[in-house]
Amino acid sequence: MRRFLWPLGLFIILVGFLAAGLGLKPREVPSPFIGKPAPAFRLSQLHAPERITGPESMRGEVWLLNVWASWCGSCREEHPVLLELAQRKLVPVIGLDYKDERQAGQSWLARNGDPYLLSVFDQDGRVGIDYGVYGVPETFVIDKAGIVRHKHIGPLTDAVLNEKIIPLVKELNGA
Amino acid sequence: MIPELGHFALIVALAVALVQGIPTLIGVVRGDMRLMALARPAAQAQFLCVATGFGCLVQCFVSNDFSVRYVAEHSNTLLPMLYKVTAVWGGHEGSMLLWVMLLTVWTMAVALFSRRLPRETVTAVLAVMGLISVGFLAFVLFASNPFERLLPAAAEGRDLNPMLQDPGMAFHPPMLYMGYVGFSVAFAFAIAALISGRLDAAWARWSRPWTTVAWMFLTLGIALGSWWAYYELGWGGWWFWDPVENASFMPWLLGTALIHSLAVTEKRGCFKNWTVMLAILAFALSLLGTFLVRSGVLTSVHAFATDPKRGIFVLGFLVVVVGSSLTLFAWRAPKVGRGGLFELFSRESLLLLNNVLLMAATGAVFIGTLYPLCLDALDLGKISVGAPYFESVFVPLMVPLVLLIGVGPLARWKAARWKDMARPLWLTAGLVLPLALAMPLLSGRWSLFVACGLALGLWTIAASFAQIVVRVAGGTAGPWARLASIPRAQWGMMLAHAGVGVFIIGVTMVKNYETAVEVRMTTGDTASVGGYTFTFQGIEELNGPNYIAARARVEVSRDGSSVGVMHPEKRIYTVQRMPMTEAAIDSGVFRDLYVALGEPLDIRTWILRIQHKPLVGWIWWGCVLMALGGLLAATDRRYRLAGRTADAAAPMPGAI
Repeated sequence: MRRFLWPLGLFIILVGFLAAGLGLKPREVPSPFIGKPAPAFRLSQLHAPERITGPESMRGEVWLLNVWASWCGSCREEHPVLLELAQRKLVPVIGLDYKDERQAGQSWLARNGDPYLLSVFDQDGRVGIDYGVYGVPETFVIDKAGIVRHKHIGPLTDAVLNEKIIPLVKELNGA
Repeated sequence: MIPELGHFALIVALAVALVQGIPTLIGVVRGDMRLMALARPAAQAQFLCVATGFGCLVQCFVSNDFSVRYVAEHSNTLLPMLYKVTAVWGGHEGSMLLWVMLLTVWTMAVALFSRRLPRETVTAVLAVMGLISVGFLAFVLFASNPFERLLPAAAEGRDLNPMLQDPGMAFHPPMLYMGYVGFSVAFAFAIAALISGRLDAAWARWSRPWTTVAWMFLTLGIALGSWWAYYELGWGGWWFWDPVENASFMPWLLGTALIHSLAVTEKRGCFKNWTVMLAILAFALSLLGTFLVRSGVLTSVHAFATDPKRGIFVLGFLVVVVGSSLTLFAWRAPKVGRGGLFELFSRESLLLLNNVLLMAATGAVFIGTLYPLCLDALDLGKISVGAPYFESVFVPLMVPLVLLIGVGPLARWKAARWKDMARPLWLTAGLVLPLALAMPLLSGRWSLFVACGLALGLWTIAASFAQIVVRVAGGTAGPWARLASIPRAQWGMMLAHAGVGVFIIGVTMVKNYETAVEVRMTTGDTASVGGYTFTFQGIEELNGPNYIAARARVEVSRDGSSVGVMHPEKRIYTVQRMPMTEAAIDSGVFRDLYVALGEPLDIRTWILRIQHKPLVGWIWWGCVLMALGGLLAATDRRYRLAGRTADAAAPMPGAI
């Protein structure tokens, strides 16, 4: 009988792994940018095409870079969270309008509300590639020295904000 | 009203499934005929209830009832009617309902077509299928109810994912699910045999046609999915070793092994435990596939919305079903006697080798698919396993298997003699080898890899043909009479094996001779790929029902004469603002031309990706041949006859 129990034993081990897998988040690939300077960019602002902005303009502040696009469904999901964050004035958020049309991006913000200090416009997605963006939305926490401290993939939620991002911002501001 | 009706129908179905599963099984164990008599009517009632529920969901989509959350999330008033219907299984809840729907279709089929089987067997099979249905109906009702209301109703739906707005959506998921779910019949037969302790040739003969039909659907489902990915994703790949693809491929590999080992169990009465094990594992892998797709434990292009609660439910169900059946196996298997003896070189031993190779291939795919998960669970880092691993492990396992296709069917049961088989095999090899060595020369670039691939493909086809020749040539009757005497099952086997050969030739040619260029083109520019000249004749704007598109006109010519005009498109679906590439494909017997629009550089200049893919269509035609072979084998005359004599439950003498 014992040798016929082997399949059952192997199956139990497999179930252990699968159960452990449920608690994991395979989409959270650790970003190689963490602890490194935020990649530089020079992009025109979404609402003011003649104004060029780069990450150096935020030097000395802790800020968030939020990658969004008017075509992105999950961005709509996280938008109320961002709007509330903007109201609390805890941390400035720069938007990176990723692979979008200028008109579409502007009217999307006009319709849904604009939580951003400003948005930069990354029409061909080059800057997104520099930041290793592979799904929109994504949010980066960047410290006073311009170092990427944290990356969140997917829509922000109240829980993520309150448990991870805001404590981190406070800590970075305190330091 | 209609959503509530559908919801209610599913609740009733759950109750009926409990009746189909529990008292009937008690009846089987106690030998109580009255309890056993419940099984068939319950199966029919369950089918009616689930079909009602399914019909209600279809009606919700057709009538744009956006007060149903699932409809609001997956449909839109502008969505064309065909896609409103296919959107029913465009999301998680609906595809689980489709799963249950097809399970009841299979159950119904078993109830209808096995009237001649012993009552205990049919009842036990229907009971096991009822219990599976209980699990999935409970899952639908408690963790993924498609009829949940959205109040207040949405004004407009969020539209079906543009990727799924394709005729392929009408066929790929139902076919694939028919295959997945179909293995539940083989599973139920195995469990029924373990419960009754009657693991005999009759059992194998009964489950054979069901397994073959399920395998046929799975083959078609996978092929359709691959073809769909080829023309819809816009870059011309046809297999990605994506976790979800692997999840469907593993049951296919095991199902293939099961078909072969069932043959041995039926003809010679050996491998009984092994066959039961395979039947359990094939269905377990179908459930595992459901778990992998539904729980989001692996990253995949099939990005369904995931919910940990659902993952826990499916895992729990997997534990109950597979755990209990493996326990039953461990308890019952030691009492099963060994079958007929066979020599080291015989059809049995060759089929055993076939099973070992297929099992190893399944294991290789399994390890590659779950390795990232295991590493992550042990906190050893995040990795992904890609095509290079799968190809380098999978191909070497397939080479001997493909060689066996030529040898196995010629070998005799019990004890084969090389002397009898040598002549046709040497003749086949003598025909195939020079052809395989010479054919790559025609394309101008000889490579050992291509020659080997072609040799394997041609070997499979020629050897299958040779098997027919051997049968016709031997014996005293006239050749026509002998040809007519070949049973349909044998034609099926030959056709399916030849399909493998066609598939291999297609893969070999595409892998080695496809050419692709990415060119920047302005109106009037030409590009030359694979001997064809492509002229970009500009872009026009186009309005679809729920999208806007830029459509290019590309004229194709060869040696100065026109071949046709191709119209690749770039679409923006207006509701989800999602860009989609609609490649233009000119399919032929010997090559596909594939043109996809890339990014626009300015109004008149676009990046175009142009590909020439020799014999790519053979990949899917090979699969169609395999499926057709399955169909022929499953409808063999002796299954219809066998039913009539089955009450005797006597082991069949070793025919063929």
